[in-house]
Amino acid sequence: MNNTTTETTPLIKLENISKSYFLGEFDVPVLKNISLTIEKGEYVALMGASGSGKSTLMNILGCLDRPTSGDYYFEGQELGRASGDARALVRNRKIGFVFQNFNLLPRTTALDNVIMPLAYTADNLSTAECRQRGLKALEEVGILERAKHHPGQLSGGQQQRVAIARALINNPPVIFADEPTGNLDSKTSIEVMEMFNKLNAAGITVILVTHSDEIASFAKRTICMSDGEIVPGLFSHNLKQSEVKK
Amino acid sequence: MKIKTTLKMSILSLGRNPTRTMLTTLGIVIGIGAVITMMEIGNGSKNSIRSTIEKMGANSIMIMPGSMRAPGTPRTETGSAVTLSASDAEAIGRECPSVGAYSPVVRSSGKQLIFGNLTWMPSSMYGVAPAYLEIRNWKIAEGRCFTDREVDSNSRVCVIGTTIVKELFNNSSPIGSELRIGDVSFEVVGVLQSKGANMIGMDEDDIVMTPWTTMQMRLTGLKMGNATNTSSTVSSYPGDRFVVSGVALYPEQDSSMTRDKLFYSRFSQLNQIVFSAVSTDKVDQALQEVSELLRRRHRLGVEKEDDFSIRNSADFMNMLNSTSTLMTNLLLGVALISLIVGGVGIMNIMLVSVTERTHEIGLRMAVGARSRDILLQFLIESTVLCLAGGILGIILGHGASKFIEYVAKWPIESSPSAVIAAVAVSAGVGILFGFYPAWKASKLDPIEALRYE
Repeated sequence: MNNTTTETTPLIKLENISKSYFLGEFDVPVLKNISLTIEKGEYVALMGASGSGKSTLMNILGCLDRPTSGDYYFEGQELGRASGDARALVRNRKIGFVFQNFNLLPRTTALDNVIMPLAYTADNLSTAECRQRGLKALEEVGILERAKHHPGQLSGGQQQRVAIARALINNPPVIFADEPTGNLDSKTSIEVMEMFNKLNAAGITVILVTHSDEIASFAKRTICMSDGEIVPGLFSHNLKQSEVKK
Repeated sequence: MKIKTTLKMSILSLGRNPTRTMLTTLGIVIGIGAVITMMEIGNGSKNSIRSTIEKMGANSIMIMPGSMRAPGTPRTETGSAVTLSASDAEAIGRECPSVGAYSPVVRSSGKQLIFGNLTWMPSSMYGVAPAYLEIRNWKIAEGRCFTDREVDSNSRVCVIGTTIVKELFNNSSPIGSELRIGDVSFEVVGVLQSKGANMIGMDEDDIVMTPWTTMQMRLTGLKMGNATNTSSTVSSYPGDRFVVSGVALYPEQDSSMTRDKLFYSRFSQLNQIVFSAVSTDKVDQALQEVSELLRRRHRLGVEKEDDFSIRNSADFMNMLNSTSTLMTNLLLGVALISLIVGGVGIMNIMLVSVTERTHEIGLRMAVGARSRDILLQFLIESTVLCLAGGILGIILGHGASKFIEYVAKWPIESSPSAVIAAVAVSAGVGILFGFYPAWKASKLDPIEALRYE
């Protein structure tokens, strides 16, 4: 990617990010000197075998984890060493998460699940406004009629739609999806991926973590990870092997 | 994060596990219930003691002469010396601002009452001033009390208790009847309201009251004051016409002696002086003032003992109260221990709840909950749990004390301050014992928490 204009700050900029876990006597490096830039509106797939560090990278990108060293700029703001509250605010307002196992609150209606993040949003919305926004988000993902249902009463695809609606509730500029189709059959997977396509078309940056070539092919840019490093090439050899195993 | 949302959230999450929630709060319910019951029973017994004392006369204070301590004579009981005079009583009323009403008391005994062909030996015969009834909180049931004028004129009038009405008058109205006390005849002007037996079982209605002057001059053969142990007092007011420049040639005369009447009384000794403080909180001050005044009037040097003794019904009340307070505090202590046990139960369940909901905590953190939002959520949850338990406990405790009142007939007094304290304590227990689990929840790592299954 070439940044020609100086006034546009990249959405995400990583500079020499390293992460290592300290296990017993050894430092186990998980990420090694990663530098990466993601612009607004990109559609990125983060690929790699398990243990390649892609999940750790996503946790750092999603402000859930801190790098051991290096700088992480989100919209020009350094977040790797920012306070916990500042990072929580970014997670709440700027980032939407979609997880493999949906992570919906059990025995809570779809609507309440969707508006849950609003409880941590500083602007004081009335309960009615919250519900309004929740219903709008559910309508966007096309399951408005399921607003009153509990997660247990929804299919996997519907649950993931609720999770996407929850990620969209604060209109974040970027959505992280960690294996969003891992628990879905191929037909619903396609439906969910089409939803991400739509969101990206609407200007939202989408970052997928996946080990499936099929899913990665929806993205416009693929970043491959191997042993904690970004490796060139669309499909690495070991990746294909893991696909074969599956 | 909005408190209202959090509150709703905690109620919802508590409602998801109703059985566990109820069992958890049981400790608090029992603890608070016990506290409330103890407080109500304690207050009730305190009140019943107070009303018993008030029946005797709430803040009545009694002064009796001291014991005879002349050299070479046997030492005798309190009240045997001749030290209190009617002018002492008048000086108390005049010079002590904290004293409300006062009355001299002259007692007699061994006199028979005769009406028609019936006789009766009453247990008490008191010569008093009308203020006596006010001090003792005693009402007239029928007729009237004798007046100050009748006291001044040594009138032969009397007020009698209901026992005498029963024994001599066969319960018919005695007002206006001629009643003989010994060999002096009196007119019955009033009947006292029944008081029943007092605390030591004496029948308080078996009583005849006459003006104290009449009692002194017509009924009792009084001891006369003599040079060594009567109250040879200085006049407290300089305008006294019988006293020349502060030197008392004779014992001071009281107002009943100086009045214009047929014969002068030189009898000065009183058995008691009874007075009341202007209000309950002025009792100590009144005691102080009276004691100082009497020591001055009796010319007692600093090294001399009091030649009178003061008895205060408040002392008695305090003694009884301290016993019941001790018992109440003891039981309250036990109740508080059960509250602590309940609090530990709350902590235990909150820890379980935090572990159970690790995944939820991770999710909430991922969507932007700060540590303090999580802390607040669990803190509010435990506080709501405890408060609900507290309110249930208040209802239960109040019900229990009502039940005790109904079954055991114990006096019960509901106490709003105990209710407020119970609410505060249960909220406090919730915060105290909920803090550690909430803190633990807030310190979870979101990634670890999300991965937790």
